[in-house]
Amino acid sequence: MSSDQPAGQNGSEQKKAESNHIQTSISKKDEAIIPEFEGDLINKIVSRFGDKIVQVIYIRPGRSKILVPPNEILQVASFVRDTLGFDHAESVSGTDYPKDNQIEVIYHLGSYSVDKLASQVLALSTRTDRNDSRLPTLINIFKSAEYHERETFEMLGVYFEGHPRNERFLLPEDWADIPPLRKEFRIKGR
Amino acid sequence: MIKDLVNPSNFNLLVGKLGDVLTRALDQPLGYAINWGRIWSLWPVHLETACCSVEFGAASGPRYDVERFGIIEAFGSLRQCDLIVVQGTVTRKMAPRLRMVYDQMPDPKYVIAMGACAITGGLYIDSYNVLPGIDGIIPVDVYVPGCPPRPETLIQGTMLLQEKIKRSKIR
Amino acid sequence: MDNLEQKFNETIKMGLEIVKETQEDRLMTLSVGPQHPGSGHFRFTIKVDGDYIVFCDPDPGYVHRGEEKMSEYRNFIQNIPHLERPIIHDSTNITYSYSLAVEELANIQVPLRGQYIRALASELNRQVYTLYWLAIYGIFLGHSTMFMWPMGDRELFIDLLEALTGARVTHAFNIPGGVRNDIPEGFKDRCLRQVAYFEKRLVEYEDIFYNNPLFRQRTEGVGILTKEDAVKLGVTGSVLRASGIPFDVRKAEPYDIYSEIDFKVQYMKTGDSYARSMVPFLDMKESCQIIRELLDKMPKSGEVRTKLQPNPKGPPGESYKRVESGRGALGYYIVSDGTPKPYRVKISVGSFRNMLALPFLLIGSKLADMPSIYWSLNYWPVEADR
Ligand code: SF4
Repeated sequence: MSSDQPAGQNGSEQKKAESNHIQTSISKKDEAIIPEFEGDLINKIVSRFGDKIVQVIYIRPGRSKILVPPNEILQVASFVRDTLGFDHAESVSGTDYPKDNQIEVIYHLGSYSVDKLASQVLALSTRTDRNDSRLPTLINIFKSAEYHERETFEMLGVYFEGHPRNERFLLPEDWADIPPLRKEFRIKGR
Repeated sequence: MIKDLVNPSNFNLLVGKLGDVLTRALDQPLGYAINWGRIWSLWPVHLETACCSVEFGAASGPRYDVERFGIIEAFGSLRQCDLIVVQGTVTRKMAPRLRMVYDQMPDPKYVIAMGACAITGGLYIDSYNVLPGIDGIIPVDVYVPGCPPRPETLIQGTMLLQEKIKRSKIR
Repeated sequence: MDNLEQKFNETIKMGLEIVKETQEDRLMTLSVGPQHPGSGHFRFTIKVDGDYIVFCDPDPGYVHRGEEKMSEYRNFIQNIPHLERPIIHDSTNITYSYSLAVEELANIQVPLRGQYIRALASELNRQVYTLYWLAIYGIFLGHSTMFMWPMGDRELFIDLLEALTGARVTHAFNIPGGVRNDIPEGFKDRCLRQVAYFEKRLVEYEDIFYNNPLFRQRTEGVGILTKEDAVKLGVTGSVLRASGIPFDVRKAEPYDIYSEIDFKVQYMKTGDSYARSMVPFLDMKESCQIIRELLDKMPKSGEVRTKLQPNPKGPPGESYKRVESGRGALGYYIVSDGTPKPYRVKISVGSFRNMLALPFLLIGSKLADMPSIYWSLNYWPVEADR
């Protein structure tokens, strides 16, 4: 990946190109037999948004992953909540990929209100540029992501646009280093 | 007879001597009494710093019952306390608070460092947010090793502290 | 005339400002914790207007030890001891989901007996955790008996776990591939005796604590979390189940042998502090049944652990696995890049998720209700901070 490409403009091509890094084995599993329920779920999402925007990967039973560019994430998230019935975020985690010069933020969504979805966890993932990491916040869609996003801001330096409190949360007030979960942050003696 | 001995010129001297004798006679037993009082009413501050507090809780439970040894599980104010049991990891966010708590306590005050984390940083020695031991911020009287120390170990630590208090001079 | 109107307006404006200022003066800011008998390793600032809480801002992080960063520097097996520290009185469950996630990544099968022992240890540990929570809850509501009794009974479960794993609280018992050792001789009988005794005790707990009129008055109708709000806030575990949603990971997405175990998901509908404190209690009752069933169905002999290579590693990929811990769903998201060390570990813990409900419930309630709301959230700050 060339690092000077801004994130978000050319979403899906980027996704396909970067899958050489870590997602390789996951894409291979695509060919495995996808259970009916998950297949249905994937079809619904793909037929609504099309291959260009979203890329849905089946990982294992009960786990599917959607890759979206940042500028589409709000739409996809509202669709996932309103039509599919995933109603809360279980966790929001950011992963740093210095090789791709990107940070991946991944929302694990679950559902309480739809019984059939209880065993499903949908991962909604998006990538942003490492040097200027900004993402739209999802707290208006998933209120439960509020503290998780705040933590992600603090730990990885991803600024969530529209989040009311992009500020210190877990780290000490006088923290003056780079966000600790970035890969170039080294811990003592390692 | 006394009139001969005590005259205005050596009166001050005599009082001074008498004082000396009195102090000599009383200092030892009085100090002993005061220390004895301190030993059996150690009031720890309710300040939990990390996971060792679970074992501290167990120690004040019915099986181990530290109250037998005069450690009173109190939920009172800092100003009445004279013991801090630092229950585990001290992070960079907690360190100023710990010092603040220590400064607010009246003298005499004692500190027990409980757990490997409070002694050296323990398991979290290479973490970015953990202090390598608390002796950099407050003076420690007794170290209680373990991760977490069993309640018996904590009790032994407090008995060591009591021994230390018994031998120390009162101020 | 104009002049007068202007003056009048100005006066009104000034008056309004004064009123506003005094309004703000009415509010008092209280900082609860970290040195506060009722807060644990946690601080939240609240603003009170008279007796009512009008603002609440949690400020966690006093025990943030960077577990997630540290995991990236250790291999999959070395990670176990420090990953169980966030919740040492429920350590089997927190390593359980870690082991499940690693097994999924590296494609490891666990022998059947190993699965049973895991589930057994996990249920025993759930009792230990819930009893500790109950003890703390009891003392902060001013009920000293409820501190002493659960603490005493907890020791008996700890004895069982000590016989099983060799340590009082930090077991490091679950490892990827199974459990560390087999159950000792005579363990089944000890377990059954303990469970029978404990079930009798639970009746007494109910009498002295849950049916206590004072306790009921302090908790009933306090801090009500409705079903819709619970879903919206994404709370989990007993807080969720108290609001009328029977969601339990053991039922929703059974892991290991839980699909073969027959049990009911306990839930209540009222969503107040009383329900939130009752649900863990009901869980304990159900757990006793589960322990019996597990001991009954357990295969008599067999392997308990798949032998692994030193430094196990899997193909690059990611996994997200969750288990039902004492505080709700506990998920591990692990990304591996094919080396023996994880590339990224994220722990999604129940306490962190339930923390969102704290300001939501506190705002608008009375200051005196704070302890009963705070502790009913089943919150353990060390785990939330990680
Ligand atoms: S010594 Fe062990 S148990 Fe105690 S605080 Fe440190 S890690 Fe936790």
